[in-house]
Amino acid sequence: MRKNKSIFSRKFLAVPYAVFMILFVVIPLMLIIAYAFTDESGRITLDNFRAFFSGGHNINTLMFSIFIGFLNTAICLVLGYPAAFILAKKEFGFGTATVLLFVMPMWINFVLRTAATRDLLFAIGISGGEYPYLATMIGMVYNYLPFVILPLYTTMTKMDKSLIEASYDLGANKVQTFFKTILPMTMPGVISAATMVFMPTMSSYVISDVMGERKISLIGNSIQLYFDQGLWHIGSLVALIMLAIIAIGSFCADSEPQENARGGLW
Amino acid sequence: MSKKKFSLTAFLCRFYVYILLLIMYAPIILLIVYSFTDTKIIGNWNGFTFRLYESLFHDSEIMQAFKNTFAVAISSAIVSTLLGTLGAIGIFYSKRKAKAVMEGISNIPVMNAEIVTALSLTILFVSIGAAFNFTTLLIGHVVLTIPFVVLSVRPKLMQMDPNIYEAALDLGATPKKALWSVIVPEILPGVFSGFILSITLSLDDYIITAFTRNTAYQTLSTYVYGVTSKRGTLPPSLRALTTVITLIALAILIIVNIKSGEKENK
Repeated sequence: MRKNKSIFSRKFLAVPYAVFMILFVVIPLMLIIAYAFTDESGRITLDNFRAFFSGGHNINTLMFSIFIGFLNTAICLVLGYPAAFILAKKEFGFGTATVLLFVMPMWINFVLRTAATRDLLFAIGISGGEYPYLATMIGMVYNYLPFVILPLYTTMTKMDKSLIEASYDLGANKVQTFFKTILPMTMPGVISAATMVFMPTMSSYVISDVMGERKISLIGNSIQLYFDQGLWHIGSLVALIMLAIIAIGSFCADSEPQENARGGLW
Repeated sequence: MSKKKFSLTAFLCRFYVYILLLIMYAPIILLIVYSFTDTKIIGNWNGFTFRLYESLFHDSEIMQAFKNTFAVAISSAIVSTLLGTLGAIGIFYSKRKAKAVMEGISNIPVMNAEIVTALSLTILFVSIGAAFNFTTLLIGHVVLTIPFVVLSVRPKLMQMDPNIYEAALDLGATPKKALWSVIVPEILPGVFSGFILSITLSLDDYIITAFTRNTAYQTLSTYVYGVTSKRGTLPPSLRALTTVITLIALAILIIVNIKSGEKENK
């Protein structure tokens, strides 16, 4: 009897949280769906779809955003994977402090950091006006590399080292050991890193604006533009398309966002 | 022979990490160096001076933005930590189905693109006719940060020995008292890291701020975005600001490091 009562009271601690999440997460998402399928007068319509898909401009932007998203994810993984691996290996003598050094730029405001990167590139002759694509890509990598190193580092420190030794004992060489043992073991980290990079890359409009001097338009720029013009309905449609991509992505990754993705160090 | 080859690899590995760190920090270092000269363009050294720091601390617009940024970060982190911690406890003791639903909802803002979250909240506020003010901004930041509090607290709840709460009740504690003096101390490290993470994410945010604020309310990110998109390079006094923020971040890093070192030694 007492036990039932106590469980009852603890469960209800989540009520304020649940109310908040329903009001400010669930209902707004439903509104996005409702807005995407209606027009200004509230009539149900598919005009937003037609407006979005006509002319091909928006589709190009979408495809280009997906491409940039993949490219940035790939570059960040290629640069970040070995770094995380070295940081996680005890024999190199790097500790949590060095990992924190990689994360510390995150504490300097994102816009300020991006503007600083632009000033550096400008000083060495890569101005966003002349090389908008190169400058934007560099800005993206700068910003998202920490998001890759952190989850990879966390997975690698938890890696079972005896399996790697076993692989060598069984006669595998370094390359085989890497592809057959180390990579599969660190795959959760790779997936969580990729989800931390892909979506924000294609949806953020700040980096492309600041680095590319407004010469590059990503799908995030489209939403922001519709927002500025007060075109809520078509803006919602673009948001809905992004939601669909996220849903597909998380279905493919089949993993929950991990606690270690952003804050594993504290 | 093989030993020598190994040490070369080790050297290259360390070198890679240092080079990566150097590249990552290059923009910040450049701004810090040029914060001690009052040139307009980075690259022209105008002689050593603290004038940029003087103008920074006398620039009421930047100082106001600085204060506003911290006001939002701290108040949203407090709200998120309170609601999120209670939410995490409540979810943990909920029945399986309710638990799955609530955890799913908690993951939405983590997985979702920030711009979609921002747009969905804006549509909610517009459709209920709310005025954009500090409250809407606060709600935006709580939505952004609250899932990370839940994600930080949850593992601590799972690690906790479930019997101690029951023991407290058997010893005559009321459920409220048992919660406060048994469960809360156990999960406190998770609560703390959730709080720090909330502040970090809020300080770094631009997109949600840009959508949910009153346009008269400037934070650092909206201020920097405003001035950099109008002019070419960063206004000189922002170089001094970067130095100040970096020093604060470095101080926090050192404190956290000493603290965690103490913990390990114990």
